[in-house]
Amino acid sequence: MSTDHLTPVLTGKTLLRANPVSKLFAAVVITLALMASIDWVSAAVVLACELVLMPLLGISAVGLARRIWPLLVAAAIGAYGTALLAEKTGRVLLDVGPLLFTEGSVAAGIAVGLRGLALALPGIFLLLTTDPTDLADALAQKLRLPHRFVLGALASLRLVGLLVEEWESLGLARHARGIGSDGSIVARTRNLLGQSFGLIVQAIRRATRLATAMEARGFGGGTRTWARESTLAPLDAAVAAVGLLIAGGAVTAAVLAGTWNFILS
Amino acid sequence: MTPAQASSPAAVHVRARGWGWRHGGRKAFAARGLDLDIRPGERVLLLGASGAGKSTVLSGLAGLLGTGDEGEQEGELLLDGAHPAEARGRAGLVLQDPETQVVLARVGDEVAFAAENLSVPREEIWRRVGRALDDVGLDLPLDHPTTALSGGQKQRLALASVLAMEPGLLLLDEPTANLDPEGILEVRDAVVRVLERTGATLVVVEHRVAVWADVVDRVVVLDAGGGVLADGPPGTVLAEGPTRDRLAAAGVWVPGWQPDVGGPLPAGGGEALLSASGLTVARTKRGPAAVEDLGIEVRAAGALSITGPNGAGKSTAALTLGALLRPRAGRLEASAALAGTADGNPFRWRSSELVQRIGTVFQEPEHQFLTATVGDELEFGPRRVSGAPDLRRVTDVAERLRLTHLLKANPFTLSGGEKRRLSVATMLATAPRILILDEPTFGQDAGTWAELVTLLRELIDDGVSVLSVTHDADFIAALGGATLHISGGAGRLVTR
Repeated sequence: MSTDHLTPVLTGKTLLRANPVSKLFAAVVITLALMASIDWVSAAVVLACELVLMPLLGISAVGLARRIWPLLVAAAIGAYGTALLAEKTGRVLLDVGPLLFTEGSVAAGIAVGLRGLALALPGIFLLLTTDPTDLADALAQKLRLPHRFVLGALASLRLVGLLVEEWESLGLARHARGIGSDGSIVARTRNLLGQSFGLIVQAIRRATRLATAMEARGFGGGTRTWARESTLAPLDAAVAAVGLLIAGGAVTAAVLAGTWNFILS
Repeated sequence: MTPAQASSPAAVHVRARGWGWRHGGRKAFAARGLDLDIRPGERVLLLGASGAGKSTVLSGLAGLLGTGDEGEQEGELLLDGAHPAEARGRAGLVLQDPETQVVLARVGDEVAFAAENLSVPREEIWRRVGRALDDVGLDLPLDHPTTALSGGQKQRLALASVLAMEPGLLLLDEPTANLDPEGILEVRDAVVRVLERTGATLVVVEHRVAVWADVVDRVVVLDAGGGVLADGPPGTVLAEGPTRDRLAAAGVWVPGWQPDVGGPLPAGGGEALLSASGLTVARTKRGPAAVEDLGIEVRAAGALSITGPNGAGKSTAALTLGALLRPRAGRLEASAALAGTADGNPFRWRSSELVQRIGTVFQEPEHQFLTATVGDELEFGPRRVSGAPDLRRVTDVAERLRLTHLLKANPFTLSGGEKRRLSVATMLATAPRILILDEPTFGQDAGTWAELVTLLRELIDDGVSVLSVTHDADFIAALGGATLHISGGAGRLVTR
């Protein structure tokens, strides 16, 4: 995954103004509701709501698919595997040699696939529509997380992009020394390990320098002020309410449909 | 009093008495026996040989030297009578590497960062941000992305960020060593403007003295053995005499002096080795092209220097000529003299064939170190080429680059100059006909510079083709040959 896949798109208008904390709250509530039950109705309701929300968040279907295609593949594999191996209840749908699918096992497979996707999307939406600096401001000012930790994490996020470039130039530099892509699998693996070690050395070096630069600017004291105030507005109450609504709606629908399957029962 | 003056903090007085510092785990002191008084508002250029402890003194003044495991301090070092660690925000430090100083994603936030850390109230922070950006001449929107800045702009941003603390002491640790000539002047002029407005005390460390000699009013030379070797106005310390000679011998670039590496080389004109036609080069497969329609011939026994502003695509062009990056379009052809038994298309070469023909020395030597000892590092290339390599050449190369006494050492533990020599030596071990170097003289002291230039001149004399990406006019003059100037996506060949 290249770095531009990790960068927020920030094209949506309305929800960009929402505080990251309210978006985080909505994402957590929805995730908790999904985790409480393994059934296809609650997962389908959440997934449908998420897809409906996409235009509002300024996320295009194509852009999203390009970023999360490994997740789609994983969800499909998970669904197939579950349908194949789950308890075989209900009518037989397909029976070809070792492949046996029944209504019960297919329903379980669909539930697992939908649930995986529905679980992953709130977090992805949060990251895609939130500026990391705003998120750090909100975490430190609204949730009172320690500022050293929050700002340290924010600074290291910026180093990730630099390390991607570093990895590429390390590869070229090693190729120039005579380490190429023309070796055996063993040689290639050894090369990959060596290059990874080189990257770790450079990462530590850069992180140490960055830490010095931060300390030289007074970072690390007990208290600090914030140039950007993280504020909560009526919009944030609405965002939180939508989160609660989706979570509540999913649970209600599953209970009414009789598919509710509480994980602890 | 104008509002600007009203907000300027008092300049700091620096006092050192028998001050020294030893890093934890090291036997020798990094700096020792320092007695120094710097008056408020004085502008000091701090010089000394590599290892004389210049950076240690700056770290000490910035309050970055801890206690306990980190190291041991002796004597005293005081800013206005207070220990530097207790005077947080009184001293502001700008470091050498523009890339590893940026903390945040947006210009305004980056400048605000230091003021936030000092618990400055919000309204006052944004007042300071505006003024600091004005001071360093960065006329950019506050939400401008920091990744989109040039090296010179990044250093001015680092300076602005430090200024937002309103320090009474400005500390600069080789702030222009990694910059192109334009960037150097940008940063120097920004510092001068800032000092004129704030009247802060300045301590700057820099190898290239000429950049700062007109700006400072005092030069202090640290003795590698501890204490101060010379101290006085630039005109006196840098004037002809024993001090100047000792500085030059210690690798300091004193103005108007340049290491003697011999007269001009005879015009190169050996056989053609590599020819490029209609070459369009790009750093990434899908990204924009850096330079288009490049046509050039690389000949034996000559030099070719690639120049141009930062980010113009010089390195990309060099890496493509070195057969490391595939061109977007056009042809790169190896002559029979270069290819020998291998294919005429360099991109078809196996890596063991490549290292016998073209050696590429990267800007960061550590990127190319592969083994645990200098000896293994030198033998690595020859062993790639043949199972039973002739190691006499390795011994020769080690001797020629003065690495023989370091054969058992770990490459990562070498000094900057030694690392540079080793990275060149590893490439020479396989006797390539073409040697490509990316910014070989960036941040080098005069001693390492002279050593490198002398070696490259000898190589040219032996028939090697030396191709360098460089900003260094003295380096280009010393090697002679043609210059390829790259800017605006096109290359222009200048022959002399």
